[in-house]
Amino acid sequence: MTTPLPLLSVSSLMMQFGGILALNDVSFGVAPNSITALIGPNGAGKTTVFNCITGFYRATNGVITLYGREKDTNIGQIIGEKLSVVDFIQPKILLRKLYYKMFGGSHLAARSGVARTFQNIRLFKDMTSLENLLVAQHTQVNRNLLSGLFKTPSFNRAEQLALENAYHWLSVCGLADDANRLAGELPYGHQRRLEIARAMCTKPTLICLDEPAAGLNPNETEALSVLIHTLKNDYHVTVLLIEHDMGLVMSISDHVVVLDHGEVIAMGSPDSVKNDPAVISAYLGIEEEAANS
Amino acid sequence: MEKIHKPLDFILAFKGAFVASIIALLLFGPIMGLVLSGYDYQAELQRPLIAAVVVFVGRFLFSLLFQFAQHEPRLQWMLPRKTASVWVEGEQVESKQSVRLFSAMTAITVLTLTGQFWLSVAGGVVLYLLLSRLGKRKHQVMVALVVILGLLMPFFATKFWLTVLIAALIYVLLGLGLNIVVGFAGLLDLGFVAFYAVGAYGYGLGHEYLGLSFWAALPLGALMAACFGAILGFPVLRMHGDYLAIVTLGFGEIIRLVLNNWTEFTHGPNGVSAIPPPTLFGLEFSRIPKQGGTPFHEFFGISYDSSFRYIFIYLILFIIVSLMIAVVTRLRNMPIGRAWEALREDEIACRSLGINHVTVKLSAFSMGAMVGGLAGVFFAAYQGFINPSSFTFFESALILAIVVLGGLGSTVGVIIAAFILTILPETLRYLATELPKAIDSMSDYLPSFLHNTLSTLSDGLGDIGSYRVLIFGVCMVLMMIWRPRGLLPIQRRAYHLDKPGDAK
Repeated sequence: MTTPLPLLSVSSLMMQFGGILALNDVSFGVAPNSITALIGPNGAGKTTVFNCITGFYRATNGVITLYGREKDTNIGQIIGEKLSVVDFIQPKILLRKLYYKMFGGSHLAARSGVARTFQNIRLFKDMTSLENLLVAQHTQVNRNLLSGLFKTPSFNRAEQLALENAYHWLSVCGLADDANRLAGELPYGHQRRLEIARAMCTKPTLICLDEPAAGLNPNETEALSVLIHTLKNDYHVTVLLIEHDMGLVMSISDHVVVLDHGEVIAMGSPDSVKNDPAVISAYLGIEEEAANS
Repeated sequence: MEKIHKPLDFILAFKGAFVASIIALLLFGPIMGLVLSGYDYQAELQRPLIAAVVVFVGRFLFSLLFQFAQHEPRLQWMLPRKTASVWVEGEQVESKQSVRLFSAMTAITVLTLTGQFWLSVAGGVVLYLLLSRLGKRKHQVMVALVVILGLLMPFFATKFWLTVLIAALIYVLLGLGLNIVVGFAGLLDLGFVAFYAVGAYGYGLGHEYLGLSFWAALPLGALMAACFGAILGFPVLRMHGDYLAIVTLGFGEIIRLVLNNWTEFTHGPNGVSAIPPPTLFGLEFSRIPKQGGTPFHEFFGISYDSSFRYIFIYLILFIIVSLMIAVVTRLRNMPIGRAWEALREDEIACRSLGINHVTVKLSAFSMGAMVGGLAGVFFAAYQGFINPSSFTFFESALILAIVVLGGLGSTVGVIIAAFILTILPETLRYLATELPKAIDSMSDYLPSFLHNTLSTLSDGLGDIGSYRVLIFGVCMVLMMIWRPRGLLPIQRRAYHLDKPGDAK
C-alpha cells in the first residue's frame, strides 16, 4: 500500500455541485516514483478528483497535500479558500487567505509541481509543437521585457536552454519530426503525446494523465505504456492516471484506486483489485445483494 | 475550355434569388418606400420593388456564376475556400506571383502621391523585378526599401498627402496596439478608443495645466494609457468573448462621457485647443515662436514653409511606428508574446502549465493601451485641437475593422489594412475632385456621349466621402467570404536547434 510518506495525499475529499455529491470522503495516497491508476465506471468522479488535485476545482471539503521537493503544498489553500467568520480574529490567516484569493489559482498548483493532460486534448492548436513546449517553460525562461527586446546574453541563453529542453522532450515522445508543424494539424496520437511532452516541460514531480490512451490504436497504446515507464524510471516522475483501457492499467500500474459514485470502493495492487467483488459488481453491474451473498 | 460536368441548377439559383428578393423587399420597404414630408408621409412603393428586382437578378446571376465557377478551374479563385490561414515559415520559400504583384501595385500607388506618374510606374516595375530576383534576403531588402521610401516620402509628397499619411500612420499605431489585445491575446476590446483618448487628453490637458512639452507627454501619455489599460483589465479578468466586448464598449463610452461632461477640467465639447506641435531640440516649426524657442527657419536661415511642421511630425511618427513594429514583432518571439497567444488558444491549458493568466491578460491590456496612448499623443500634437467627438464608438469600430481586415495577429496585415482603410477614402475624395477636371480637358478628343457618361460618373464620385462606411461594409463582407482570417495568412516562426543563431 502507500509508503509512510506519500508524494500526494488526498484525505476525505468531498465535492458538491449544487445538490449533487460528486465526491464523498475520497482518501488515497500516491507513493513517490510510482504509477497510480484511478479507475471506475463513467461518472464515478475520476476527472473531478483530477480537477481538485490540479487546482481547477475548489473542493467542498477535505485536504490535498503535495509533499514536494522543496516544500509541502496544500492545494486547497493556494487556489484561494473561502473566508469564514473565525478568520476575522486571526489576522495572519486572513491575510494569507486574502493573498491567495488575489494572486492564487490553479497556476500555483502547476508551479508547485503538478502537471496534467486533458481528457479532450487542449493543445494550442494554431501554434507549432515546439512553441507549445516553449509556452510550457514560461516560468523557467527569462521573462524580463527589456532583456527580451534587446536580446541580452542571459535571455538568449535561457531561450536556447528552453529550446534544447523542448527538443529533448519531443524526441523522448517521438515527435522530433513534428517540431515545426502546427499542433492542430498533427495526427490524433501525436497530439496526445505532445500533450504529455508539454506537461513534462513544466518539470513536474507529479504528472496527472487524464485518459491518455483514449482513441489510440493497440500499437500506440503499447508505445504509450513504454513512454509512461520511461517517465517513471528515467525521469523519476510520479504518474497518476485515469484510464479505461484495463489492459494498460493492469500492466503498468503499481497501485490502483477504484472509484464508484464518488466513493473509493477498493484500492491496492492491480491483482488484488482485479478480484475484488465490489469492483466486479461496479463494472459488471451486479446487484449489491447478489455480490454480497 | 473545360467541359462542364454538372448542368447549372437554375431552380436552386431561382430559390436563392427569390428569398433574397423577399428579404430585400421587407428591408427596403420602410426605408425606401415611405418618404417622410413634414408630419406626413408618401408611399412610393415602386422604389422598393425596383430594388427587390435588382436584388433578385443580382442574386440569380451570382448563383449561376458561382455554380459555373465550381467546374471551371480558371474561375476557382472566386469561390470561398479554406486556405491555410496559419503556416510555419520555411514551408513556402518562393514568394507568390500575387504577393509580388500586390507589392508592386502598392509601390505604384504610394509613389503616385508624389505626383510623378512615370516615376511611380518605374518604381513599381523595379520592385516587381527585384522581388522575383531576390532569394532568401528578400525580407531584409523589402524592409530596408520601405524604411528608405518612408523617410524620403515627406520631401516629395504634397501637403495634402502628407496629412493623409500622418493620419494613416496614427491608425497603423492604433491597429498595432489593438492587435496585441485582440489579435495576440484574443480579448475582444470594443472600447480601444478610450486609450487613444487618454493619450490625446493626457498631452492636451498636461500641456494646459502642467505645461508638458510633446517630448515629455509622449512617454507620460503612453504610461498613463497603460495604467488605464490595467485598470480596465482588472474587473474583466474573468470575462470572455461577448461579455468582455460589452464591458470594454462601456469603458470606452465612460471615458468619452467623462471628457464630455467634466467641463471645468476638460472643457467638455469645446475640447482642448492650442496644443503645440513637437519641437526639435527647442526649435519650433511655426512662423512666430509660441513656445519660447527659436523658429526652425530662422535658425537655419531658410525661408518659412508651413509644411515643415508636418514633415517633422511625419518623421517622428514614422520612426515611432517603425520602432513599435519592431517591438511587436519581437514580442511575438518572446515568452510574454507566446503566453498571450497561448492564452488566446486555450486559457485552461495555460493555467495547467503554471502561467498566471491574470498577469498575462493585464500585460496584454496595458501593452495594447500603451501603443494606443502613443497614437493619442501624436493625434493631439498633429491636430492641435481635440474634443470628445474624435473618440466615439465609430472610431473603435474602425480600429477593430483594421485589425480584423488585416488578420488577427498578423502585423504586416494590420499595417496594410490601416493604410487601405485610411488612404482609400482620401484617394476617392481626391479622384472626385481631380477626375472631372481631367475629363473636361479631354472633351475635345472624346465622343460626346462618352464624355457625358464619364462626367456623370465622376459627378457621382463627388460625395464619395459619405459612402465611406458603406465601402467598409462591403469590404468586410467580401473579406469574410474570401479571406475570413484576414488579408495575409499568419506566419509562424520555425525553430531549429542545429543552427546556434536561431535561438536569438
